[in-house]
Amino acid sequence: MTRLTLAGLAKTYARSGPATLHGLDLTVESGSLTALLGPSGSGKTTTMKLIAGLIAPDAGDIRLDDRSIRDLPPERRGVAMVFQNPLLFPHLTVAGNVGFGLRMRGLPPDRISAEVAAMLARVRLSDLADRRPAQLSGGQAQRVALARALVLRPAVLLLDEPLSSLDATLRDEMRGLIRDLQRETGITTLVVTHDQAEAVALADRIALLLDGRLAQHGPPEALYSRPASEAVARFFGGVNFLPGSVREGRFDCALGALELAFAAAEGPGLLTIRPEAIRLGPGPNQRGAEVRAATFLGTQTRIDLTVQGVALEALVAPDAGRALSPGSRVPISLPPAALWVVPRGRAATGGE
Amino acid sequence: MRADRLRLLAGLALAGFLILPLVPLALWSVAQGWRFPALLPQAWSGRAWAHALDPASGVLASLALTTLIALATTLLAALVGVPAGRALGLYRFRGKGIVTLLLLAPAVLPSIAVVFGLHGLFLRLGLTGTVAGVILAHLIPVLPYMTLVMAAVFSRLDPDLEAQARTLGATPFRAFRAVTLPAILPGLLTASLFAFLVSWSQYLLTLAIGGGRVQTLPLLLFSFSSAGRNDIAGAIALLYILPGVLVLILTARQVTGRGAALTQGLRP
Repeated sequence: MTRLTLAGLAKTYARSGPATLHGLDLTVESGSLTALLGPSGSGKTTTMKLIAGLIAPDAGDIRLDDRSIRDLPPERRGVAMVFQNPLLFPHLTVAGNVGFGLRMRGLPPDRISAEVAAMLARVRLSDLADRRPAQLSGGQAQRVALARALVLRPAVLLLDEPLSSLDATLRDEMRGLIRDLQRETGITTLVVTHDQAEAVALADRIALLLDGRLAQHGPPEALYSRPASEAVARFFGGVNFLPGSVREGRFDCALGALELAFAAAEGPGLLTIRPEAIRLGPGPNQRGAEVRAATFLGTQTRIDLTVQGVALEALVAPDAGRALSPGSRVPISLPPAALWVVPRGRAATGGE
Repeated sequence: MRADRLRLLAGLALAGFLILPLVPLALWSVAQGWRFPALLPQAWSGRAWAHALDPASGVLASLALTTLIALATTLLAALVGVPAGRALGLYRFRGKGIVTLLLLAPAVLPSIAVVFGLHGLFLRLGLTGTVAGVILAHLIPVLPYMTLVMAAVFSRLDPDLEAQARTLGATPFRAFRAVTLPAILPGLLTASLFAFLVSWSQYLLTLAIGGGRVQTLPLLLFSFSSAGRNDIAGAIALLYILPGVLVLILTARQVTGRGAALTQGLRP
């Protein structure tokens, strides 16, 4: 069990290459499964490669518990990385691939074959032990790559977009396998992903990286419903933003004074409500709305509303949306528990 | 059946192209006199072969020297060409186009354009008439082949493959040895085969830099042939093609049969 700490980690590329990092501070708690989430170009893979030791930081430190690994070569860090592409060694069998790291450690052959056999059984690949990588499907190759890293029992496991190359069914299976193995082994794991739904489904905690900076770090629900900034809210699919100011537990804006359930700092702010939290029908914070458009999306219907001159977007169950035609008027409710105020005009994180 | 017959026909045609030109050479090497318009030599003799295989004649020594020069040239070319090909194939850098052009230049320019300047330079360095000088000169036409073939091989290799090996606990040397080398081996063998044969068949550079003191087989062959000794020239010619055929047979499996290894794990 190892805690991974990144302190003021910075990396700038000379030319316009991969994204740069501006002093990243992040603590990945011992035994946690943390998702490093961010749009492409936010510096996620750079962070991974810095932790793995494949590139050197310009500034900052990387620590396992209290020991700095900043100046160690990759092979002596105790950090195993699984790349986006499985990168199996083509000339070795599945068993040979899984045993690679153990051989590099100089373990005796009988111990290697025992550990490899146990690991292959765990990822349900025992039948394929003698296959060559070219004979594997994408999902199988990804499992071999995971087994090859896990068999080393690294202090920290890094997974770079482990699900992005898989189709939907395999993705669910692989996600389950990663969660199970991580729980069984308790290895501190950092997963890079650009997909917020994936991060929410997979990880205990999410560290959101925007423009090379840590925008928010916490449990998935917190980033989802209590974003730290407008950029975080937008990254998690937030579309409704109302400028105004907090006064005595209410939010004054173009819609009048709205009840808040959470304590918010007095003064100017930006109100956000998730589209799926807007209720059609009477309730607290009720307002009259005009339907501009209703778009059937399959599992949900998106309704574009105008409320006192303000455009809002709501997501409702398909049945509820069917009856609404453009131009009709409906009452809507903005539940106080779904209203959240973020600081206004903080330019630090730009979002997309 | 038809496919079989077609394959047999193709095999025969190929064998014909390769072997038929050698028949007169073989006949010459055992002929005592063979004058127009006779279809076959009038008299047979093993004299040419006796001369060629006699240690005192220097033909065998020349065979050994030619082999040594070709092997040394190939080895040196690999030592330079593998890292150079890796840099060209894996990384993008400023001036890469110019480097590639400079590398290609010796393969495009005829040797004769280089030979006079090179001779002057080597003369000052005391390299003329030495085996080392000849090996260095042979590197001029050989290096482009080695480097460009290796650049093509490396350009299809995923640079993350070595990084992956490193994060699994391999030192840089072991990562190269255990992961990169097996992946590039078929390409390296192909490049080495080219390198060996290009060096093996050098005439002009060997003559100019070796100054007649480094007697490789092509030089020997030419001198016997121009002296009208068709029988000895025939015997030497057969010896001359032997290593090429041998190397080809030995590496054919690696180069073609295991061609799968060339594409596995490499980017499509």
